[in-house]
Amino acid sequence: MIDLVGYAAFFLTTVLIFSLIGLGLNLQWGLTGLFNAGIAGFVAVGAYVSALLTTPETPDHLGGFDLPIVLGWFGAMMAAAAAAALIGFATLRLKSDFLAITTFGVSMVVHLVVLNAQSITGGTFGIGFIPRPFASLVETPLYFNLGNLAVVTAVTLVVFFSLEHLAHSPWGRVLKALREDERAAISLGKNARFYRTQAFALGGGIMGLAGAVQAHFVGYIAPDNYLPTLTFQVWVMLVVGGSGSNLGVVIGSLIVWAIWAGSGAMTGMLFAPEQQAHAASLQLVAIGVMLCVILLVRPNGIFGGASQLRDKKRNSPKGADGAGPSSSSSTEANAPTDRMPISKKY
Amino acid sequence: MQFVVDGLLSGSMIGLGAIGVTLTYSILQFSNFAHGDLMSWGTYATLIVVNAILQIMGPVGPLGPLSFGWPLLLAMISGMALTGLLALAIDYVLFARLRQKSEMIIIVMASFGASMALRSFLEFLFTGQPTYFSHAIQIATPIGLGIRITPDQAVLLAMTAVLLLAVHLMITRTQTGRSMRAVSQNAALARVVGIDVKRVIRVTWLVGGALACFSGIMIGVLLQIRPTMGLDLTLPMFAAAILGGIGSIPGAVIGGLIIGLTEAVAVEQIGAEWRIAVSFVILIAVLFIRPTGLFGVQER
Repeated sequence: MIDLVGYAAFFLTTVLIFSLIGLGLNLQWGLTGLFNAGIAGFVAVGAYVSALLTTPETPDHLGGFDLPIVLGWFGAMMAAAAAAALIGFATLRLKSDFLAITTFGVSMVVHLVVLNAQSITGGTFGIGFIPRPFASLVETPLYFNLGNLAVVTAVTLVVFFSLEHLAHSPWGRVLKALREDERAAISLGKNARFYRTQAFALGGGIMGLAGAVQAHFVGYIAPDNYLPTLTFQVWVMLVVGGSGSNLGVVIGSLIVWAIWAGSGAMTGMLFAPEQQAHAASLQLVAIGVMLCVILLVRPNGIFGGASQLRDKKRNSPKGADGAGPSSSSSTEANAPTDRMPISKKY
Repeated sequence: MQFVVDGLLSGSMIGLGAIGVTLTYSILQFSNFAHGDLMSWGTYATLIVVNAILQIMGPVGPLGPLSFGWPLLLAMISGMALTGLLALAIDYVLFARLRQKSEMIIIVMASFGASMALRSFLEFLFTGQPTYFSHAIQIATPIGLGIRITPDQAVLLAMTAVLLLAVHLMITRTQTGRSMRAVSQNAALARVVGIDVKRVIRVTWLVGGALACFSGIMIGVLLQIRPTMGLDLTLPMFAAAILGGIGSIPGAVIGGLIIGLTEAVAVEQIGAEWRIAVSFVILIAVLFIRPTGLFGVQER
């Protein structure tokens, strides 16, 4: 029973870390419509910066500055946000595809750097001895896991409510205005590139924070934690939950991670140990197909329908004037289109 | 001077793939992240056909000083056709449906998912271990200026040149090529003057898939065959297409050659492990300095 509670705490912590990354992505994609194809890169930047800042001094690689964990997290956020700001500055005046290609490149290059710059990042060996909150409780895994869960929950809640607040602030309204009708927003004197770069940087910073939180939760990081697979997982979580909704992100993370961990356990039971690497690639096939199917069938996500119901209700008085069901169905069909006007601008 | 040959070779691989990227981008209006995976699938398809021919015919000697015989040439043609058909199939199942109802960036995301599924399925079928078309070792012959080249390399470079000439003639001299250019410039107007846009899209996938497959075979013959070979080339291909200017086929090839040659210099001077970073640095530089690329036109 106690084992089960411990495992549940561990499971939920992982889900919440994914939710944190997803919240950053939702700010970039759901609210602002910016496609980030290199999530893993920003998460890795955060994880490595925080690890270097907080680990005890070591001859194996650079750093080991032995700073408090909170400073590590702050540094992680700043570094990832700076990287995102630079990328945003370079690409956001161009077509939206260029951001996708460049961020994809970022994740490749970050992986390359952490793998090869051994004197800074420890290379393939990664970085160990990352200080963990509640390390003194590690003898009793239950308390240790619950303590970590509490910390990660607190961080997620803070980010969640800050983002909800931001979305309804004047700043969030500008982003929404840019998304709904870019020309109108620009004609009101809003600098599209400036606002988008801010949103992209803030989203990148949240991803970096998530990477740092995870590094301190596990206590050890290595380059192969940050492969394109991570990017895919987060995207699927966002799309399943319905992009645009912060709550959807958390629910999507829960569902996708439950499927992922469950199917992992199943392949563990069904396949012989030497075939498990084999079976793991089938898991990835499934997640790729899942992403495509959702985009085809329910582009607003499995739970994206809820907000649309509300929209329909709001539209219904208009429907009584005669436009009727056709108007509400057309809003539904246009919903994914409305989200992304920037790609139409050329 | 050896970097010239190395650079031309990897530049050809990148450039051939970049043609497909630039064509899909200019005609279908999206950047296809699954293009590299067409390359890997084509190479494995060719490998299967080669092995099937060898099963039926028994051992076949190589052609002259080359490491491969006629089975590979035959398999190459069928592999290129199969890759084109695979591209058509993916378009039919996924991209065409999304084109009708979704925003372009959703298609980019779908190509991302498709890439993951395609690559992981190859890993499932063939494991992550590298395989080879042939285990024969080739002796490089000096051809002056301190450059050495193997017979395989020379023949593949010549074949690349022939393929590029064929594509160039097709785009500039045939009615199909004219239609493709028309659609890439203005799809709506092209439709108004009676161009069959669906046919143009089909030709685009067939050409892009076939060239990707040839590029993959080149990698397979000269280096090794792995499920991630396409993923590794995705960034260089995009960088080449953007450097050359989106929509320009000569641009894609020249962009590929520039990246290939720069990579070869970087490998000599800095170290092979930093190869991918070259594409990224060039990509960022182009985006800052001249986002339309070398031969690009200002977008409307």
